Amino acid sequence: MQERSLLEMRGIYKSFPGVKALRNVDFTLREGEIHALMGENGAGKSTLIKVLTGVHIKDSGDIYIKGQDGAVQIHSPQDAQNMGISTVYQEISLCPNLSVAENIFLGRGKRGLVNWRNMNRHAGKLLDSLGIAVKPTQQLASCSIAVQQMVAIARAVDMECSVLILDEPTSSLDESEVAKLFVLMRQLKERGVGIIFVTHFLDQVYEVCDRITVLRDGQLVGEYEIENLPRVQLVSKMLGKELDDMADIKNDIPVFEEKGKGYVYEAEGLCSSEGIKPFNFNIRKGEVNGFTGLLGSGRSECVRAIFGADKVTGGKVKVNGREVKINKPIDAMKNGIAYLPEDRKRDGIVGDLSVRDNIILALQVKKGFFKPFTKAEATKFADEYIKLLDIKTASVNTPIKSLSGGNQQKVILGRWLLTHPEYLILDEPTRGIDVGTKIDIQKLVLKLASEGMSITFISSETDEMLRTCSRLLVMRDRKLVGELTGDELTQTTIMNTIAGGEQE
Amino acid sequence: MTATPKSAEKSSFLASIVKKQIFIPIAALLLLAIFNLIMDPSFFNITLGHNSAGDPVLSGNIISIIDYGSELAILAIGMTLVTAASRGQDISVGAAMAISGSVVLRILCGPNADAATLQAPIIVAFLISCLVAMAFGAFNGALVSIFKIQPMVATLILFTAGRSIAAWINHNKLPVVNDKTFAYFGGYIPGIPIPTPVFIAIACFIVIWLVLKFTTLGLYAQAVGINEKTSRLNGLNPAFIKFITYVILGLCVAVAAFIKVSRVSTINYSVVAKDIEMDAILAVALGGNSLSGGKFSISASILGAYVIQFLTTTLYKFNVQSDALPAYKAVVVILLVILSAPIVREKIAAFCKSLRSPVNAESKS
Amino acid sequence: MPQKDMTVGKPRRHLLRGITDTNLLMSITIIVFILMYLYAIFGLGEGFLKAQTFFNMLNANAALIILACGMTLVMITGGIDISVGGMTALVSMSSAVFLDKHSGSVFGAMMISLGIGLAFGLIQGFLVAYLDIQPFIVTLAGMFFARGMTTIVNPDQFNVQNEAFVKLKETRIIIPKMGWVNKRGVYIDAYIEIGVIVALVIVAALFLFLKWTKTGRNFYAVGGNKQSALMLGINVKRTTFLAYLMCGILGGIGGFVYFMHVGSGSPSHATGAEMNAIASSIIGGTMLTGGVGNIIGTLFGVLSLALIQNIVSSVGLDDAWWTGITNASMLCIFLVVQSIIIAKRKKTNLSAAKSMETKGVKK
Repeated sequence: MQERSLLEMRGIYKSFPGVKALRNVDFTLREGEIHALMGENGAGKSTLIKVLTGVHIKDSGDIYIKGQDGAVQIHSPQDAQNMGISTVYQEISLCPNLSVAENIFLGRGKRGLVNWRNMNRHAGKLLDSLGIAVKPTQQLASCSIAVQQMVAIARAVDMECSVLILDEPTSSLDESEVAKLFVLMRQLKERGVGIIFVTHFLDQVYEVCDRITVLRDGQLVGEYEIENLPRVQLVSKMLGKELDDMADIKNDIPVFEEKGKGYVYEAEGLCSSEGIKPFNFNIRKGEVNGFTGLLGSGRSECVRAIFGADKVTGGKVKVNGREVKINKPIDAMKNGIAYLPEDRKRDGIVGDLSVRDNIILALQVKKGFFKPFTKAEATKFADEYIKLLDIKTASVNTPIKSLSGGNQQKVILGRWLLTHPEYLILDEPTRGIDVGTKIDIQKLVLKLASEGMSITFISSETDEMLRTCSRLLVMRDRKLVGELTGDELTQTTIMNTIAGGEQE
Repeated sequence: MTATPKSAEKSSFLASIVKKQIFIPIAALLLLAIFNLIMDPSFFNITLGHNSAGDPVLSGNIISIIDYGSELAILAIGMTLVTAASRGQDISVGAAMAISGSVVLRILCGPNADAATLQAPIIVAFLISCLVAMAFGAFNGALVSIFKIQPMVATLILFTAGRSIAAWINHNKLPVVNDKTFAYFGGYIPGIPIPTPVFIAIACFIVIWLVLKFTTLGLYAQAVGINEKTSRLNGLNPAFIKFITYVILGLCVAVAAFIKVSRVSTINYSVVAKDIEMDAILAVALGGNSLSGGKFSISASILGAYVIQFLTTTLYKFNVQSDALPAYKAVVVILLVILSAPIVREKIAAFCKSLRSPVNAESKS
Repeated sequence: MPQKDMTVGKPRRHLLRGITDTNLLMSITIIVFILMYLYAIFGLGEGFLKAQTFFNMLNANAALIILACGMTLVMITGGIDISVGGMTALVSMSSAVFLDKHSGSVFGAMMISLGIGLAFGLIQGFLVAYLDIQPFIVTLAGMFFARGMTTIVNPDQFNVQNEAFVKLKETRIIIPKMGWVNKRGVYIDAYIEIGVIVALVIVAALFLFLKWTKTGRNFYAVGGNKQSALMLGINVKRTTFLAYLMCGILGGIGGFVYFMHVGSGSPSHATGAEMNAIASSIIGGTMLTGGVGNIIGTLFGVLSLALIQNIVSSVGLDDAWWTGITNASMLCIFLVVQSIIIAKRKKTNLSAAKSMETKGVKK
């Protein structure tokens, strides 16, 4: 182990059935540094952290921790805690019904009595020393999310951790709260604590971090000093495109001839309960456009607002030039809009129901309560789309949950195609599915568009978007920050727009 | 679509029967039948006799099972839907039956509860009791779907208040209907040797079959029960679907209560339909339906209801007191839920795998 | 960025926000109780001024207090136990049969009661905590099992004649200086029964347990958020199991106290007691969703129900069914209030977050 390093992970491998999540990953954390762990969806950063915190057990590789002899084995979150590794998760894992002080001390030490006075005094001192302005006796639920986040950090600090993992702690904080958090992080850094900081916000990385480790597709891309890695470089490393290459990929960008084609959907000042800034959006008949941006930038929230999946809090919407109200999914469906959600398992499939029922569900709802399809009709529809989309299933009666991810996705796609929408929204239709299916879906998107369907396509993979979209709307920090068409559709411009900051 | 190999199909024939949902109640039924056959074959005797009015009636244990199982089977329909959509059960059905039955008698006997002649046509009384029961169902449904209270706790309110409300409707009097035609619904129609409740139950089965065939209720209830978020994104209104299932259960309660009061032409508020909620839940569970919602089979639940009645009759035959029945049924419920608990299932599956792993490997190759 | 904006955790201005959920709900109940009592004293006559009226409420509800305490424990961990009423009937009947038909000792009867409670607690706790079966189903079956067993033990009601027991049952603890002078001018002492002492001791013990022991605080943590509790290093399964175990034992004790009050065994004893226990807990500020609750609140919940019954009967609505209806409507109101409070809190938290966000934008 090198001097000054708190933690070293060497040659970590981890695979799940069908996926190699981590391949030969190295990671080093030094005393008193804030180290950003970056990577897009599926890059393996959450797996790496889970290996470190004992949620997953690594397949091979060594972990060294300062103060422990030789390589250590971490089998459970408890083990990790005992070795001085504390984690603060994105979703706060504290008990909202208890007081701040209790949350700091819960589950620690031996069983026995609670000394409230000591506990509150100790907690008060701790909170003071970290500059967290909250009373120890206050109920956690009545604190803002930021304070709750900091209480979780205070707990970690009090457990005398030497390694602190912050897993996307800032995604629900506003600017002043983030600033407060950073002050705290710098304090800890001065005390010699090593902090692993996972975030999607580039600004924050450049504000507070000393070093960046980038992962992609389960492999280490590299470890960089923050000064030596400009933003655009970082984005290109995360997305896996060298800046030099990017100029070349431009030839097969679809060109959309928009003359004589009216707007299918227009929105003005649309916003939802999920905290996206009001945005304007429109799409013409036969157009394919897309929202791009890093994960958590608000691209999914935008399309959810369009479909009425989240509570719409404002804005004007026109469909085919006619003003309409879209507050619930059914309103959108009646206006010929279809939406394939990002989280297939949570929002897409009805697990126990058969492939047939899953395919006809949306059309059935649209058709009405008193007009059910007969089994023969339903089977006919299902067969049609199973053939069209080449869905691999034993029969139409197979429960959808026993299909592979890609086939489940095709079933959901089939469900929405069956409603013959004028406007189809695809949110990450290619996530977590095999390459063959990905290409099928891209081809299908272009074919549907050529037949006159308007499509909004979202993908974490930029080249996929470039191959399909003729216009890209760029999101950053829940705000629409740019619109790219024609010649601007290159990896470089997209990345610059996503990165923002120094490039502006 | 993709053709499964013939050999695999053959070997899994037995497995596919076992996997079928309706297998559980059928197996339970067979088990009970065999048990009775061994203990006392005369259990299955059916005789044609005459009742006190001189009309021909069929009698025997089997007849009494399908006769007295009617109310339970009707309730099982509604309970299955409620379970599927709201992922919980309604424990107030017994109390709601008391209310509904009380309403029937209140309307038939009038305010004084001792009228010699009917104060209103039977059909009017029945329809009003349906409305009342559906209103109480709507009350439960509103608590569950709008206020998002767990179904069993929400229905606990009516479970407590129900019998008191039933007593209050008739000012705690016990009205007796003297009209003969009223007794037909719970007894026999002159000239027909089969008990009338059987026909009512069959009518209900046909109605629910038609409802499931000509509406999308079944699909919606399952979708909502399995994945509420997806259902919403597909344009459904989960709260409304749940609400509707409670109203339907209310209707089932009214029909069952009507049979119940017709059997005795009067009502005893604290005893009528006692513990029937337990039986109804048990019927759903015995039918192989998950008590935590989702996919359902109403026919399996109905069969489950008759299995429970079979069990009850068998227990009666062994001189078990009616008040002691719940103890035996509770044991059955606990065994059922233990066997269907995911943790136990995993353990059993793992155990079976370890037992059969050599065999399995062989058949696979 | 201005310095004053840096204090994120400044106390909220709204009064109700500073107060914890537990205290808020409990205070509502206590205030409602006092208001009702005042109404009873001024609106319904002097009877309510007599100390004995209050003591009688305790005497009649000592068992319910104990049962409700057990229920509160379970509900704090986010569960429910509806077998306590059946358990009470089974305990009464078993003790009665043991005392009279087997001429057993009072101590033996107590042991039997505890044993029954322990058995129920162990089995139900195991099924819920370790096999992860829905508590409602488990305890529903427990309730039916207990009721059925009661009939199997003995199908009919009968009064216990055992001398030692009758003596114990009729022991009255005189409260000095709280008596009253009756119409003939004779001074009558105010009294409470032994069961009340047991109940109050249990209330005090559990209050201390929940407030001052780490295990007690773990109950709240588990009820507040199971996943978090696990992450914070709490043995969630053991805690859940312990809650059901304690509820079972309290069911046994409560059953015996009930038996001491009524002095008989009957299959129809304590009908609906589970419901009253749940209602008391909810009225006393215990949330169905878990994590929120207080034993003192539960005590007032029981007393509120008792007071309502007293008021209902002195208003003249003497019929038995009013009890069920008032209890249920009380429960209904408090459930809906809880549901609204939860929704409101969620909303205010959200809008607070939102307002901060817009603030951030303006800057």
